[in-house]
Amino acid sequence: MWALLWKDIRLELRTKERMASLFVLALLIVLVFVFALSPERLRSPDVSAALLWVALVFAGMLSLQRAFLVEQERGCFSGVLLCPFDAGTVFLAKFAGNVLFLTLVQVLVTPLTLVFLEVQLSWSLLVLPLVVLLGIIGFSAMGTLFAAMAVRTRAREVLLPVLLLPLLTPLLIAAVKVTSAVLAGAAWPGVWLRVLLAFDVLFVITGWLIFSQVVQE
Amino acid sequence: MKTFAPFADRVLPWLTGIAMLAALGMVFLYVPTERVQGVVQRVFYFHLPAAWMSFLGFFTVAGASASFLWQGSRTADLCAQAAAEVGMVFCTVVILTGSLWARPIWGVWWTWDPRLTMVAILWTIYAAYLLLRILGGDSEQVARYAAVLGIVGVLDIPILYISVRLWRGIHPKVEQMAPEMAWTLLVCTAAFLCLFAWLLWLRLCHLSLRAEVAALRRRAVAVS
Amino acid sequence: MNNWVIEAERLSKTFAWMPVLSGVSCRIGRGEIVGIFGHNGAGKTTLLRLFATLLRPSAGTLKLFHHDPRDAQVRRRVGFLGHDSFLYPDLTPVENLTFYGRAYGLPQLAARIDAALERVGLQGWGHIPVRAFSRGMEQRLGLARALFHDPDLLLLDEPDTGLDPQGTALLRVILAQARSQGKTVVFTTHDPAFGLAVCTRVLILHGGVIVWQASGNLPSVETFGDIYARSTQSASRMEH
Repeated sequence: MWALLWKDIRLELRTKERMASLFVLALLIVLVFVFALSPERLRSPDVSAALLWVALVFAGMLSLQRAFLVEQERGCFSGVLLCPFDAGTVFLAKFAGNVLFLTLVQVLVTPLTLVFLEVQLSWSLLVLPLVVLLGIIGFSAMGTLFAAMAVRTRAREVLLPVLLLPLLTPLLIAAVKVTSAVLAGAAWPGVWLRVLLAFDVLFVITGWLIFSQVVQE
Repeated sequence: MKTFAPFADRVLPWLTGIAMLAALGMVFLYVPTERVQGVVQRVFYFHLPAAWMSFLGFFTVAGASASFLWQGSRTADLCAQAAAEVGMVFCTVVILTGSLWARPIWGVWWTWDPRLTMVAILWTIYAAYLLLRILGGDSEQVARYAAVLGIVGVLDIPILYISVRLWRGIHPKVEQMAPEMAWTLLVCTAAFLCLFAWLLWLRLCHLSLRAEVAALRRRAVAVS
Repeated sequence: MNNWVIEAERLSKTFAWMPVLSGVSCRIGRGEIVGIFGHNGAGKTTLLRLFATLLRPSAGTLKLFHHDPRDAQVRRRVGFLGHDSFLYPDLTPVENLTFYGRAYGLPQLAARIDAALERVGLQGWGHIPVRAFSRGMEQRLGLARALFHDPDLLLLDEPDTGLDPQGTALLRVILAQARSQGKTVVFTTHDPAFGLAVCTRVLILHGGVIVWQASGNLPSVETFGDIYARSTQSASRMEH
């Protein structure tokens, strides 16, 4: 698994295309919202929370696609499957890579978004990284599973969002709820965090178990 | 599939027809009009069974998908596809009848009530399933992907249910039903169950015939 | 002989529900160098990919080294080179081989990589991204990758394509070495001169089945040409 992760990081350091495109895309989405919405609405924590997650989801979709497109060239994914580890390990490595890249992008994008939206700084913001990380984990778990399928069908660009977005609804509802509570400095939304956590655990395990059914032809 | 065929071909259409007539009779002639909501409440006897049948359809997809993944039978794969299609039909019926009811009662065609939200999201999940089948093309690979989606989709349902429930607060619970209403609901459900089985069967027959034709055509091309 | 490396029984594979292989049974023992011939679309690549566990059979059973091939430890003993090189174009040969070396858990990677590159005549090219390589160089590096973990079973799908005469000579050396070390090799090719010179056993695949095979005393290139024409023709007539 570490070998796979090392290879993905190495590839990224060489080309830098994944991180760069993710960062720019996420930032542009935030900017589009800033221009589209009136300044009063932008200050509402609900809107800020929604905006953060919309940017993350679309950047994440791109990241997932890149993760498997690099494997398509020269049949590299077959080379990975030949190696003596099982499909579940491949899943975990690809999943971890996605979590890593998305987290790095969010480390830059989230603070910038908060600045653009003139969010009041407060101590409650300190839990925001945890919330974002939990969201990224759930997103990457389910996304890795479906991106591996989508890139190997004819309609890969259309199919990934179409397959992924409906299934992600519970995650997105929970993530936006927690984020907006955090931004508003409201009471600790424990129940939503539990939903997030349940989603993460459920789909990391599902992906790990079912990935072999996806990758073998 | 062969052993089931005589029953399905001869008995199911009749059974469905009779049950449907009985259900219609009960809905329009037997059951009393609800006091508060009036006549429009009668759509509920189609609405609720249809919702159950769409759930049944989606669980059938998951079951057939699991069977296909671990045993590899082509019939299971076709059964999953047929069930997804039939489930979608019922799901659409649920949304339409729900809309018809909501307009006079709630004053809107649509609202983001938890159950509506749930049904709408389920509809998109299985629309994605059918889209994968169409866009992906007809191959073992896509059948396998669809099966994974069928299983993950059902795993998503409980957590989806919890989150939409929490999202919009808890909906008023089911009220006490008059015995006539309960009976009508029961007959309607039985009728819809027959309809579900029959549609599933017809679609399964159609899909396997289509697969057979495709195989024959390929063989003809290979020989010539 | 009890040390079968490959035991295939009625292996079948369909793509888009269309049969590509229909019931291939064969046993390949330790130390055999098997050449598979056949037209395009005869199922050669499919058969090799099945042996490499990259495909799962639609029907039939396959055992490698007497084990279920899905076992990760069995895959450790298999080396495969397909039409694609399985090399990341944006990584250098050293990085590519480091990745595969780590994935297989090989010791003393740096020394091994130098040796592997030298073996295929690519010393000095170790730090240039593979994207810059020509077809033949990439094929050589692909060969180095397939051989890198010193597999007991080597599966090569048309290894001679894209190679210059020196490259083909190199390939022959590698196959001869493998043979002297008691390794098993299965390869496909369209070139009877090359194939017959290196193998100990020949299979002809047509329409997804084995239509002819010989081992030990192999025919000359000319006789083989006749046999090939006859067996692929008669088999297609049988299909009607």
